[in-house]
Amino acid sequence: MELVLVHLFPDLLNLYGDRGNLIALRERARRRGIRVTVRQVRLEEPLPRDGDLFLVGGGEDRQQTLVAQALRGSTGQLRSAAQSGAVVFAVCGGYQLLGHAYRTAEGQELSGVGLLDVVTEHPGHNTRRLVGDVVATCTVPGVGELVGFENHGGRTRLGPGARPLATVRVGFGNNGEDGTEGAWCGTVFGTYLHGPVLPKNPRFADYLLRLALRRRYGDVHLQSLDDRAEEAAHAAAAARARVPR
Amino acid sequence: MAAGRAVATLTRLLRVGGGTVLPGRVARWLCPQALEVLSSSLEPVVLVSGTNGKTTTARLVARALEIAGLRTVHNRAGANLHAGLLASLVVASDLRGRPRAQAGVFEVDEATLPSVLPILRPRVLVLTNLFRDQLDRYAEVERVAEAWRHALKRLPPSAAVCYPADDPQVAEVAQQAPVGVPFGIEDASAGRDTLEEAADVRYCYRCGVPYRYTVAFLSHAGHYACPVCGWARPRPSVRAEEVQLRGAAGSGVRLAWDGESVTVQTSLPGLYNVYNVLAAAAACHALGLPARALREAVESTRPAFGRGERLAWDGVAVQILLVKNPAGFNEALRLVVLERPRSLLVAINDRTADGKDPSWLWDVDFEGLCDLEAHVTASGLRAEELALRLKYAGWPEEALTVERDLARALRIARQRTPPGGVLFCLPTYTALLELRQILSRWGVAPPFWED
Ligand SMILES: [Zn+2]
Repeated sequence: MELVLVHLFPDLLNLYGDRGNLIALRERARRRGIRVTVRQVRLEEPLPRDGDLFLVGGGEDRQQTLVAQALRGSTGQLRSAAQSGAVVFAVCGGYQLLGHAYRTAEGQELSGVGLLDVVTEHPGHNTRRLVGDVVATCTVPGVGELVGFENHGGRTRLGPGARPLATVRVGFGNNGEDGTEGAWCGTVFGTYLHGPVLPKNPRFADYLLRLALRRRYGDVHLQSLDDRAEEAAHAAAAARARVPR
Repeated sequence: MAAGRAVATLTRLLRVGGGTVLPGRVARWLCPQALEVLSSSLEPVVLVSGTNGKTTTARLVARALEIAGLRTVHNRAGANLHAGLLASLVVASDLRGRPRAQAGVFEVDEATLPSVLPILRPRVLVLTNLFRDQLDRYAEVERVAEAWRHALKRLPPSAAVCYPADDPQVAEVAQQAPVGVPFGIEDASAGRDTLEEAADVRYCYRCGVPYRYTVAFLSHAGHYACPVCGWARPRPSVRAEEVQLRGAAGSGVRLAWDGESVTVQTSLPGLYNVYNVLAAAAACHALGLPARALREAVESTRPAFGRGERLAWDGVAVQILLVKNPAGFNEALRLVVLERPRSLLVAINDRTADGKDPSWLWDVDFEGLCDLEAHVTASGLRAEELALRLKYAGWPEEALTVERDLARALRIARQRTPPGGVLFCLPTYTALLELRQILSRWGVAPPFWED
């Protein structure tokens, strides 16, 4: 089997170890004998048509503006990729831009890609950033507990067309009020969790891999891997999250 | 003057404590003008700020001032927020609240700098660099740069700002300075022709397009130009024209400014310390100190604990390098790869001073370690996260031990070090403090350090 991973704007959106998500997907596929190609897409470059999984990371506010522009240019391509069953996975700033709109701390309105029924508003630099460890229960069947770290000023609210990715047990989540974390709809996922999230949550990583393979190969069985190191890091993160610090 | 008397009284009260942070915190609460009054008679005042290299650069400048004959107050303990600055002034003042020194050298936290500039009114401000660092604690790099940009505009016209020409973001920000003293490395043989993964600021502030690099030295520091607007690395007035890196043993640097040229030997290891020497040279140049003072300061400065100092431990050497962000970690790994040790201890904590979010580990190029025939002992509160990172970098499972307890991890790593060999320890900040305690308890290191 073959898999094409597409990393969008890696030189802009590489905050908080987002590269780790790519490494986790790539290695977990390779260990099962799947041939993986990674394509890096830079600003102004077209999206590859053969992408099975698109990864969008988080960035700083100024980069967010640049990326919003760039993403608008490829909205059509990203939408048709998602419609054909490709997975889109976005973290933090990338997640915010997958929604309909993002209002910056300065009140600037950035229109998003509209792949997720969410809107985000940054209430200004004088309001508290939502920062800290997160432990949450994932709504994706079979994934279970998610652990990660969030750090965002923007507050995201979900419309009826998006499901929360998880419910928060420790941490703030989308907006610090309704107990939801992230959003998903079909093959499009957004989350505030970095950490990065996929290495420490291997069942979630595998779910995304299976979904990405489905487009070409239908339902596939992924052989199980030795995940002791992954589970140990997951458990350590979950334990640290429960210690006030 | 009433404030002055109040401060004098305070100073008497607070000197009893002698600690580094608490007296300052109390004083700041009691008298907001204290910082201004206590520093007002110091001339010159030098401030050093930036992500990496503050402590070493400030030490070098303070020593050069002392060598030039000025009694200098310096916040040595690395307490670089308001409270720590005030504490160092209080401790260095006489009972009337007058400083017992002529000159002041202060390292200042990069996020605190804008609020301190109008109070301390430095003659020379040294900006070392801006890297991503502990983003859960600080605003993003971009916002620190923006705050600096505004703060520099309000400096008095006589203030000189020493800045790295090689760091595109800081160099761009420093264009707001009344007087700029750019410093940089001219010797391209000390660099590489591609940027490393941890490099973060690579887009022109004006045009938003990537800079083109002809050489990269350290993270995003190098020789760059914007292909659209033509903004390029300013020509440095203080230059490292020749750099000879000797790994953990230090470097030789030929420095030049105006018509002068001086070669200095430093025992501070790595290219990042070459930048610290350069930054100190720029400060000396701006202060009008003789090149001799700089050379003596550099050559008499030994690596501090956790910054490359070597300790002897029953027939092996222990070399400790503090790691706090991807750029610094990659530099430390570069030294490690040069030395090819058989045993390596890496200790990652996630307390406030370390950065609570360990995800930055995934931006460190551990992949470059993998041809090293060494054993890694992973320790600290996030030992498991580090072990996972190493696993995904391709590090063999049998060459890795996970031991969260630092004292036990240190024993394991020591046992793995052959006689006469070097044990490299790479701790985050609070792990470094623990390591220092353990090693002094065991008599390997002295109980007190001069930072
Ligand atoms: Zn430009």
